[in-house]
Amino acid sequence: MSKRKKKRLLIRVSILSVLIAAVVYTLYSTLTDDERMLVKAGDAAPDFELTDLNGETHRLSDYKGQGVFLNFWGTWCKPCEKEMPYMENQYQEYKDEGVQILAVNVGESEFQVANFANEYNLSFPVVRDAQKDVMYAYSIGPLPTTLLVNPEGEVVKVIKGEMTEEMVADYMEMIKP
Amino acid sequence: MNEITCKCGHVNPEGTELCLSCGRALSESAENRKTADVMRYEGMARRSQTYNLSIIDKIWNFFSSVKVGVWLIVITLIASSLGTIFPQALFIPNGTENVYYEERYGIAGKIYYVLGFHDLYSSWWYLLLIGAIGTSIIIASLDRVIPLYKALKHQRINRHESFMKRQRVFSSYSIESPEKSIAQIKERLLKKRYRIREEEGHLLAEKGRFARWGPYINHIGLIIFLIGGMLRFVPGMYVDENMWIREGETMAIPGTGQEYFLKSDGFTVETYQQGEDSEVFNNTIEREGAIAKNYQTDAHLFKREEGSIAGQQGELVEIQQGAIQVNQPFKFDQFALYQVDFRQDEYSSMSFNLTEKASEESVGSFTIQFDNPEKVYELDNGYSVELTEYYPDFSGFEDGEPQSVSPIPNNPAFLVRLFSPENPDGEVAFIGIQRNLEPLGENDYALEFAGVETRDVSGLTVRKDLTLWILGLGGAVFMIGVVQGAYWNHRRLWLKKTADGRLLAAGHTNKNWFGFRKDLEYAFETTGLDKPKDHQEENLNKKESADAKEENNRDSTS
Amino acid sequence: MTQLVSISSTLLYAAFVLYLIATVFFAGSIKSKKHTNQTGKNKWATIAIIITIAGFVSQLGYFITRWIAAGHAPLSNLFEFITFFGMMLVAAFIIIYFIYRTHVLGVFALPIALLVIAYSSMFPRDVSPLIPALQSDWLAIHVSTVAAGEAILAVSFVAGLIYLLKDVDLTKRGKQRFWLEAVLFTLVIVVGFIVSTTAGSIAGYETEFSYVNPEEQTETAQFALPALVVPHQAELLTEGQFATSLEMPSIVNASRLNTVLWSILTGTALYLILRLVTRKSISALLQPLVKRVNLNLMDEIGYRSILIGFPVFTLGGLVFAMIWAQIAWTRFWGWDPKEVWALITWLFYAAFLHLRLSKGWEGNRSAWLAVIGFAIIMFNLVAVNLIIAGLHSYA
Repeated sequence: MSKRKKKRLLIRVSILSVLIAAVVYTLYSTLTDDERMLVKAGDAAPDFELTDLNGETHRLSDYKGQGVFLNFWGTWCKPCEKEMPYMENQYQEYKDEGVQILAVNVGESEFQVANFANEYNLSFPVVRDAQKDVMYAYSIGPLPTTLLVNPEGEVVKVIKGEMTEEMVADYMEMIKP
Repeated sequence: MNEITCKCGHVNPEGTELCLSCGRALSESAENRKTADVMRYEGMARRSQTYNLSIIDKIWNFFSSVKVGVWLIVITLIASSLGTIFPQALFIPNGTENVYYEERYGIAGKIYYVLGFHDLYSSWWYLLLIGAIGTSIIIASLDRVIPLYKALKHQRINRHESFMKRQRVFSSYSIESPEKSIAQIKERLLKKRYRIREEEGHLLAEKGRFARWGPYINHIGLIIFLIGGMLRFVPGMYVDENMWIREGETMAIPGTGQEYFLKSDGFTVETYQQGEDSEVFNNTIEREGAIAKNYQTDAHLFKREEGSIAGQQGELVEIQQGAIQVNQPFKFDQFALYQVDFRQDEYSSMSFNLTEKASEESVGSFTIQFDNPEKVYELDNGYSVELTEYYPDFSGFEDGEPQSVSPIPNNPAFLVRLFSPENPDGEVAFIGIQRNLEPLGENDYALEFAGVETRDVSGLTVRKDLTLWILGLGGAVFMIGVVQGAYWNHRRLWLKKTADGRLLAAGHTNKNWFGFRKDLEYAFETTGLDKPKDHQEENLNKKESADAKEENNRDSTS
Repeated sequence: MTQLVSISSTLLYAAFVLYLIATVFFAGSIKSKKHTNQTGKNKWATIAIIITIAGFVSQLGYFITRWIAAGHAPLSNLFEFITFFGMMLVAAFIIIYFIYRTHVLGVFALPIALLVIAYSSMFPRDVSPLIPALQSDWLAIHVSTVAAGEAILAVSFVAGLIYLLKDVDLTKRGKQRFWLEAVLFTLVIVVGFIVSTTAGSIAGYETEFSYVNPEEQTETAQFALPALVVPHQAELLTEGQFATSLEMPSIVNASRLNTVLWSILTGTALYLILRLVTRKSISALLQPLVKRVNLNLMDEIGYRSILIGFPVFTLGGLVFAMIWAQIAWTRFWGWDPKEVWALITWLFYAAFLHLRLSKGWEGNRSAWLAVIGFAIIMFNLVAVNLIIAGLHSYA
């Protein structure tokens, strides 16, 4: 092959590969569009600070070194209601092993949240995200959504929808320090 | 590589159709093809056509073909039209795709859904089509613009007679002084702003060459536009979020990284009114009823202190205030808020009187704010009401338990305990809209509905799109290119003085032969010669006179 | 202001009549034996173009007075938009006429403009206030540019039609002869629509039905013509009016379908009468008018108008459209049916230009493509608004 032909082939190969890369990138981005913008496994968990029903503030980064079981919920949401007792039970098992639960209520009144927490005797911190600030930070869609944050402050898993008690236990096991 | 040596001695690269120097046809096929086809790229070798070795070359040649490009356009066109048969998934209620099409459109709808046409424009194959068009644009343009540039740059003035004879516009004149005629024509063409080059008494007049670059410039514009479309997927370039905000509420604006907050002062709907608005609208208002005039949210924009984290009740600083209206988005930083939706008259509070049933006398009243209900409402004289439960969107009972299906106060209901001096332990009542139950037996006191407050909810879209400027640039470049190619023509006239003393005149334009003929007419006016003949026009007229109705007419223009 | 509206209507009416008269003069100009090539100076044609310009000025008067009366550009509903399209068609014709001086173009362009204007007046003609989505300067900018672009492109259809009328051999059976007649038949159907709708409104005919819509709600539907088909689960509300029992599924707008059926019936009847009386197809009837047409010139006019119209259409239908969509609808592109069909139109003419430039599709093929292009434009103008509901269905 002459030099010119070689050069030409090289140019063609590079142009075609750039084009293929662009098309593949666009295809990948489009087909995973819904997932891409969310906080997902492997990401650093965005830090936040919310106040619980007793007026105490909880900052996620204060729990570094502990696993955080971060649950987003609402009083009206049936699956949330169902999994709360499971979380409470497992909390009793795991809180001494360094697993913390933060239950983030999205946008409801203090009255409703307090009522709910009393009804289910929740002993873990229940915090209110009145301005949906934290919800947006985590791009939470439908409730309930649970994120497992490991002691290093990294999201290990995102669970959308309801959990059984076994699942709750397994997940807590996962993020135990 | 096989180079082609022309009779005139010039060495041309393989695949060249017309000698780059003198313009002689170099191959039999070039000789036999229509002049217009050969002249399109000045008879230059199109790179892609000269090699066919590796798979890369084959792919390259595939995308280089205009035929393939046109097919891609046509397929995209047909595919796009298929997507408009039934509404696309983004126009129908969210999450109902799997039943919507079949329920509405029967079997056709089901097929539509199964084939994925309900989400056609973001399907992988549609995107591949667009990608293929983009590839075709780049490769086909590269393959043509480079040889064309070379050919037009190295144009020789003196062309071979055979080249001139092949042109659509050509005449040969036997006259005494070709030099004089050439000078006269030159003078006239200069007035028409042709660029003239001369060489040994031969002349090339050229005008509007830059029109030839139009197609390539508009293709560059399209590529820039497509790149802009792709950049949307780069993180941070694009935000598309929705938010609902009630009158009086302050909410985080999604997509802004929790940096900005919005407070709504309220939402307004106005409709056109007869008597108030111009009377010319009366007929339409009568025919159609209420016609919306304005949708508006009045809002304040706040920025959170630097360095705050989500949820922190840091200080919010108001930085902007104004109205968000349709067609008048509220802009800040790189974001824009759009008025897109609303819900009117959502309950915000309800007032009740605590009434003694026997005397029908009120002993006190209170108001429940739905966004912040209180545990106990203390009334005077030892009366009080304790709120046991609040159900914002009451939907009925399940196992005796009242249920709420959403956090929105569409149908608020309450479980209350009414305390009075007579009943220090309280009486239990369940109250809601058109509902007043006393589950634990007859009460002495009842809550009487005393009024309701409502507020509106604004639906806003939060948008950030950093790709807009590049899309705008692409569009502008495209428009420049397309105008350049469409509104200007590349016209050339060759004049040659032959050895035996004849004057040869040949002309070519890439389009608008009508205008070109007018130029020629003007140029030859002072010479006393007829303008060079347009042979296509000639042939047609001959056929016309032979028999206007003859079938051959169809071929006359080709 | 209401007075201004009535002045405006009168001006439009005057324009219509003037175009009609101009058509007659243009027809006279090509009948005149003196001028064999149908271009250049000709007394009939001079009168015709003067009347055409007078008509255009009158229609411009309609447009301006209506703008003043309404306080916004009269481009906000189907009537206003299609009328404006008709006006732009005349404007495009006038420009092309002064470039090429072809009288025969007027014989075909003006009747099509007349048809367009008559068609538009079948829709509600009241001055309507602007809904919030339309309250923008971009209404005037975007819509007028689109209409201008489409009108210039439509001139290529007129040139193509003339080309085909001369070029297609009507003495032999064939696809081309069939489709040419089909195109002309479609134009007769439009006449059918105008005739039947006008007849219905003059007679004051109205039938009302209650029916069940796709959301399972009961609604009422008005029929302006005797009901050949009735809506889903229809109940006749106006006693004694004619109604068949041909019930449509809920997704079909029976009232519109009924109008379409009447248009086809009336159009077909007109067509059959025409054929019976003249014993000729419409193509054959029109062919003598184009006997002396210069095919090359027609081809060039067709191509030129696409070259002129394509950038204008791109600017109005895509560029301005995207800018406004970004402002009003939060995104520059949203795959709304009207947007998609603008893209289809654009792609089609892009394909046309590539075929012409690189594949040498000239003459006959080019003329057919121009006809198809116009069909796509009309589909977007009419069908997308009436059949496919989307953000653009304002009328």
